[in-house]
Amino acid sequence: MKVFRLHLLLIVAVILAFTGTTVFGKDIKDLKAAFIYVGPIGDGGWTYSHDLGRKHLEKLGVTTSYIESVPETDSIRVIRNFARQNYDIIFTTSFGYIDSTLTVASEFPEAVFMHCSGFKTAENVGTYFGRIYQAKFLTGIVAGYMTKSNIIGVIGSHPIPEIIRHINAFTLGVRSVNPDAKVKVIWVNAWFDPSKEGAAADSLMDDGADIVSITTDSAAALKAAEKRGKYAIGNDSDMTLYAPSAHLASAVLNWGVYYEYIAKQVAAGTWKTSKDWWGIESGITDIVGFGDMVTADIREKVNKKKEEIIAEKYFVFQGPFNKQDGSPAVKEGEKLTDDQIWSIDYFVEGVVGSLPKS
Amino acid sequence: METTAIEWIVIVLVSAVKMGTPILFGTLGGVISERAGVINLGMEGLMLIGALTSFVVKLYTGSTILAVSAAAFVAGAATFLHALVCISMRASQIASGLALTMFGTGVSGLLGDSLTGKTVAPLMDIKLPILSSIPLIGKIFFMQDALVYFSYISVAVIWYLLFYTRIGLNIRSMGEAPEVCDSIGLSVMKYRYAAVIIGGMMVGIGGAYFPMVLTSFWVDNLTAGRGWIAVALVIFAFWHPGKAMFGAYLFGAAISLQLRLQLIDIKISPYFLAMFPFILTIIALIIATIRNNKKKIAVMPASLGEAFFRGEKH
Repeated sequence: MKVFRLHLLLIVAVILAFTGTTVFGKDIKDLKAAFIYVGPIGDGGWTYSHDLGRKHLEKLGVTTSYIESVPETDSIRVIRNFARQNYDIIFTTSFGYIDSTLTVASEFPEAVFMHCSGFKTAENVGTYFGRIYQAKFLTGIVAGYMTKSNIIGVIGSHPIPEIIRHINAFTLGVRSVNPDAKVKVIWVNAWFDPSKEGAAADSLMDDGADIVSITTDSAAALKAAEKRGKYAIGNDSDMTLYAPSAHLASAVLNWGVYYEYIAKQVAAGTWKTSKDWWGIESGITDIVGFGDMVTADIREKVNKKKEEIIAEKYFVFQGPFNKQDGSPAVKEGEKLTDDQIWSIDYFVEGVVGSLPKS
Repeated sequence: METTAIEWIVIVLVSAVKMGTPILFGTLGGVISERAGVINLGMEGLMLIGALTSFVVKLYTGSTILAVSAAAFVAGAATFLHALVCISMRASQIASGLALTMFGTGVSGLLGDSLTGKTVAPLMDIKLPILSSIPLIGKIFFMQDALVYFSYISVAVIWYLLFYTRIGLNIRSMGEAPEVCDSIGLSVMKYRYAAVIIGGMMVGIGGAYFPMVLTSFWVDNLTAGRGWIAVALVIFAFWHPGKAMFGAYLFGAAISLQLRLQLIDIKISPYFLAMFPFILTIIALIIATIRNNKKKIAVMPASLGEAFFRGEKH
C-alpha cells in the first residue's frame, strides 16, 4: 500500500507540475496578454493611450499582442482568435465590443476577459474604466480661469452617457471658478474624423469661444485653435506636442498602472470578476501638460482641488448644482452615486447646446 | 459679435469650400479615370498615401509645392499598379480598386506610425487682388489657400481638355467604345493608362490637402472616408468636372451646416444632414440610369468597368 501511495503522490505531483501554473500562480513574465483596439494606435488619443498601457506591460516582461482598428461588427472573430491561441488576458478596449467579449468569454472559461467602459460582467469577464471625469473637472477649472470671452467650446463625439458625463464634469469645473462662463457644445457624431473636428473647432471659435476642449480622439481641434491664437484642452493623451502654444492642459488616462494590477492578479491566480472604476488617486487619470500661459497660481489651485478629490473631501458631482434648464439636479450636501454618474443623461447648468435627436 | 444671416451663410460657405476641396480633387481624379472607362475604388487608399507623402515631405523640406508634387507622384505610382492589374491584365476593376484602398490604408498606417505628435505649418489663405473684392463671392471663393485656387484651375483645365480638345474626345471615346477607338488606330492602352494615372495623381493631391491645410498633422486614417465620398460624387456629378465642383461644395456645406446649425436656433437633425449628400447621389444614379436607358443623353460612360479585349468582343 505504501508503494501505491507513493505512486499516487507522484502522479498527483506530476499532474500539479503540468497544471500547477494555475494552482501555485505563475510569474508575470509567463503571461500572454492580448489587446483589441477600435482605432489605430497612432491616433494620438484613445487607442494610443491603451497602447502605452500595453507597452508598460511589455516592459514588465508580459508577452503582448494587439490588433488595431477592429470594427465592432468584426470583433468576435478577432477576440476568438486570441482566445484560441491561449492568451491569459484579453483586453477589449471599446464599448461596442461588449457582447462579442461575453460571447467569446463563455466559450473560453480559462481565459480572463477585461472589457473597457462596459457594464456587463461574467465569471471570467470584468469591466474597467478610469474616472477621467475628475481630470476633466480639473481642466475645466483651468479653462474657467483662462477664458476672456466667457465662452468655452466643447466638441462632443457621440451623445452617450460617458461623453455627457465628461462635458458635465468639465462644465462644473469651469463654473466652480467662473460662474458667468458658458460651455457650448457641438456634436460631430464621430470618435475620429480629424478634418471635421477641426471644422467644429472653427465653428465654436467663430461663435465666440476662446478655448476649445474635446471629447474626440484627434488633436485637430487643438491645431485649429493654435492657428487662430486661441487655447485648447487635450483628451486621453498629452497633446502638448501637437499645439504647444495653444495647449492649456490635457485630461489623460494612464492605463499602465491598471494593466499592471490586473496582470499581477491573474498571474497570482487571485483575479476575480469586478467592475473597476479607478479614480485620480490611483494615477489612472490625471491632468498633465500645463502650457506656459497657465500661471503658477492657477496650477496651484488646480492641484489643491486635486488633493481634495483624492482625500475625498471634494466630489465632482456634489451638490448643489442645477440641470441645464435651471431645475435643481443635486441638493446642497448631497452627491450623485456612482450609478447615477455612470448613466447621466442630462446636461448641467452652463452647458449651451442640446442632445441631438434622431 | 452678432452676425447677420448673410454673414453667417458666407462663413458656412467659406468653410464648405475648404471641406469640399479634398473631395473635389478626388472627384476630378475619378471623373478622368471613369471617362476613360476605368473605375477606381482605390481613392480612399490613394488619398491616404497622398496625405502621408505630402506630410513627410513638408516635414523635412518645408516646401508645400514639393510636398504636393510628391503626393501626386507617389499616388500616381500606386495607381499604376491598379492600371497594370485592370488594364493590362484585365482583372476586375472593382476588386483591384478595393485592394488599392486596403493597401493604401495599411501601408500609410504602417509607415506613418512614428509621426505621432509631429506637425507642419498650415498653408495660409491668400487674398486674390480684385477678385476678392467682389461682394460675397469674393469672400467665399477668393480668400482661400493656394491649393483651393489650384483646384479651380484643375476644374477649368479638365473641363476644357475633356470637352473641347481632340485628346479629350479620345479619352471619352475610350470609355464609350474602346473597340472603335482601337479600329481607327488609337491605343486604348496608352489612353487608359494615362487617364487612370493622372486621375490617381489628382486623388493624391486631394489627400495632401488634409495635412497641408485642414489638420497640419498626420494621423492614421486621416481622411476618415472622404475618398469614398469622392467615389460617390463622380456619379453625382454625371462624370463632369463642373458638376463635380458643385457636388463637392454641397458635401462640404453639409458638413459645415451639421456643425454650425447646432449653434443657432434652426434645428435640423445632424443625422439628416450627414445622410443628405448620399441620398442625392442615389437620386443622381437613378436619373443617370433612366437617361441612359432612354438613349437620349448617355451620361454614364458605356464601357465603364469593362476591360478591353482586342478583337474578341462583338
